[in-house]
Amino acid sequence: MKKRVAIIGGGVAGMQTALRLKRTGGIEPVIIEREEELGGKVRNWHVLFPTFTPAGEVLGALRSEVAAAGIEVLTGEEAEEFTDRSVKLRSERTIECDAVALCSGFTLFDATLKEEYGYGIYDNVYTSADLERMFSEGRVAMADGSAPRRIAFLHCVGSRDEKVCQRHCSKVCCITGVKQAIEMKRLFPTADVFNFYMDIRMFGPGYEELYREAQQRYNIHFVRGRISEASPMMDGRVQIKSEDTLTGRPLRMSVDMLVLLIGMRANDENGRFADKAGLTLAQSGFMQSRDLFLGNTESPRPGIFYAGAVTAPKSIGETLNEGFTAADRIAEYLGVK
Amino acid sequence: MKRANWTEYQKAIADDKYYYARSCIRQNFYPGSEKAFLEILHKDLGRDIFDDPLHTSCTGIGYHSDIVPLETIMTVVARQFSLMNDAGYENFVTSCITSFGIYTEILSTWEEFPETEEKTRENLFKATGREFVKPKNLAHTSDVMFHFRNEIAGRMKRPLINARTGEPLRVVEHIGCHYAKIFPSKGIGGSEFPYVLAGMIESWGGNVVDYPERRHCCGFGFRNYLVQANRGYSIANSHKKLESMAPYKPDFIVCNCPGCTMFLDRWQYTIAEMDGTTYGDDGHGIPVLTYEEMAGLVLGYDPWELGMQMHQVDVEPLLDKMGIDYDPSAKYLGRNGKYIGKPEPAAVNCSSQNNTIYDIKM
Repeated sequence: MKKRVAIIGGGVAGMQTALRLKRTGGIEPVIIEREEELGGKVRNWHVLFPTFTPAGEVLGALRSEVAAAGIEVLTGEEAEEFTDRSVKLRSERTIECDAVALCSGFTLFDATLKEEYGYGIYDNVYTSADLERMFSEGRVAMADGSAPRRIAFLHCVGSRDEKVCQRHCSKVCCITGVKQAIEMKRLFPTADVFNFYMDIRMFGPGYEELYREAQQRYNIHFVRGRISEASPMMDGRVQIKSEDTLTGRPLRMSVDMLVLLIGMRANDENGRFADKAGLTLAQSGFMQSRDLFLGNTESPRPGIFYAGAVTAPKSIGETLNEGFTAADRIAEYLGVK
Repeated sequence: MKRANWTEYQKAIADDKYYYARSCIRQNFYPGSEKAFLEILHKDLGRDIFDDPLHTSCTGIGYHSDIVPLETIMTVVARQFSLMNDAGYENFVTSCITSFGIYTEILSTWEEFPETEEKTRENLFKATGREFVKPKNLAHTSDVMFHFRNEIAGRMKRPLINARTGEPLRVVEHIGCHYAKIFPSKGIGGSEFPYVLAGMIESWGGNVVDYPERRHCCGFGFRNYLVQANRGYSIANSHKKLESMAPYKPDFIVCNCPGCTMFLDRWQYTIAEMDGTTYGDDGHGIPVLTYEEMAGLVLGYDPWELGMQMHQVDVEPLLDKMGIDYDPSAKYLGRNGKYIGKPEPAAVNCSSQNNTIYDIKM
């Protein structure tokens, strides 16, 4: 009799965990995905840092493998609550299982909460997610359809920001800002591109090199300073105010596009999941692992495991690795070799 | 402008029975406005509002200038509440933005630190023998005017429309810093996109002008102005705002803070005298109104009854645009027709003031 593992979330973490479990031969995973298709947030991304690999390549490979492996997938189904032995769906259906892997990822920060930037109010203020959509659609332009000549990226929107209760670092926005700035420069070679940052955190392989390339090859400007406010101008452009903290001078600039690099925040349902299953949340609202060193993919409760950005902001590479680790831990827990 | 998010910042505003706390500086800057507020509430809207001669200044300017200690201002505020209790009211309405900020901050402090409230009660009792109950509802007078904007629209005699062209008037709104920048949830629309004045303007037919320096300080800022050596900062701030709004050709500016109204009005005169720059039509200034004056004009009040002769920048171009009948020769007649004096001609004023009856008399 095969063991059954319920995987909540069908993004890259969920798919990778399911594939590894299936390959054990003794475990039958079932993926529960609230959207109508597998893929999670990566579905909305154009290319991935630092290699500019099309997101569709990664997703396509994972989806094909999931289909080829015959893994059971429940799309359009949302988990309401769970224990280590069952998952209750919003549709009132209950999935019985022997263990649960929570792979429900994160929520993108709602940029309208940083009202000073006028997202949703001023036409030429965008988020990094909007820009990815525009890249995918093959049409990047100002609201009036014209090509931008000056573009500003603002790092840390909704991360490392106590005012919006997001104290944690979202980790991947810095390199996303570098990647998107290069993409804009490739599309609009004569445009001036500025990145406003607090720190540049280039933690991953190839990231620092890409940051250097952005400056040396693409002539992208990096200004150490937060933008304090954005305002509309008569011609639809956006006026921004900042301070260049390296020169110690205030700065006012008009730009054609302002791109807000939005952070990753914890899912609202984490609290409900934790209450019902007896789990704990980290201060950031993400799920708290049993141990950050020796039990990173395990919850404090036996039979409940984590993979991916449900425990903290992570890159796709890290998430995929956690899928493997979580699956191995689950197999060990279930006694399946 | 897409002001979609203002609805997230609504607050309860009492509908009747207000205890009115005047502003110590508005009565000098624009004395007609507070009178107009009381008249509009009493006569036009039929509401009960009590103008208590016993209350004092909130001492907010002294507090922000480090002259009045926190314990003292809390005791003064507690006394105002005690007077409200004596008069039998529960809804406190304050005419000044500084005061509104003070009352909001103190009530929040008491909520966060109950021991501070207890200490204030003790101080008040020792000083005056009084006790107090906190108000059920605290609002700024512009909140109350916003609350009744649709009722006022129903009685509107002169909408905010250019009578010559039929186009909506272009209005710059400026919100006092202490209205919502300290506690965004206590102001209608929050701190970044406040809707308290914009809501009145839109309800009465005008269009709100958004411009790059909309959120910039008016130039009052206690430290900028109270320290004489800093006054250059004050006018520099006003100058930055006026330069930013001028290309949008606003028909008038409306403010909900005594300091903002004062400085955006008076500094226009100073800038004109310093370098000859004016920002309004035909080489004149941009009129700067209080929200009571705006409401009063909309309701058909006489501009001189509203005290609009006290402005540095003449309001006549706006009155003409709105098609308001007024008597130019009555501009400088105060109560009982007594001549109150008039300013020297200046660039921001209209030349017509030289031809009034007073010039003949003099």
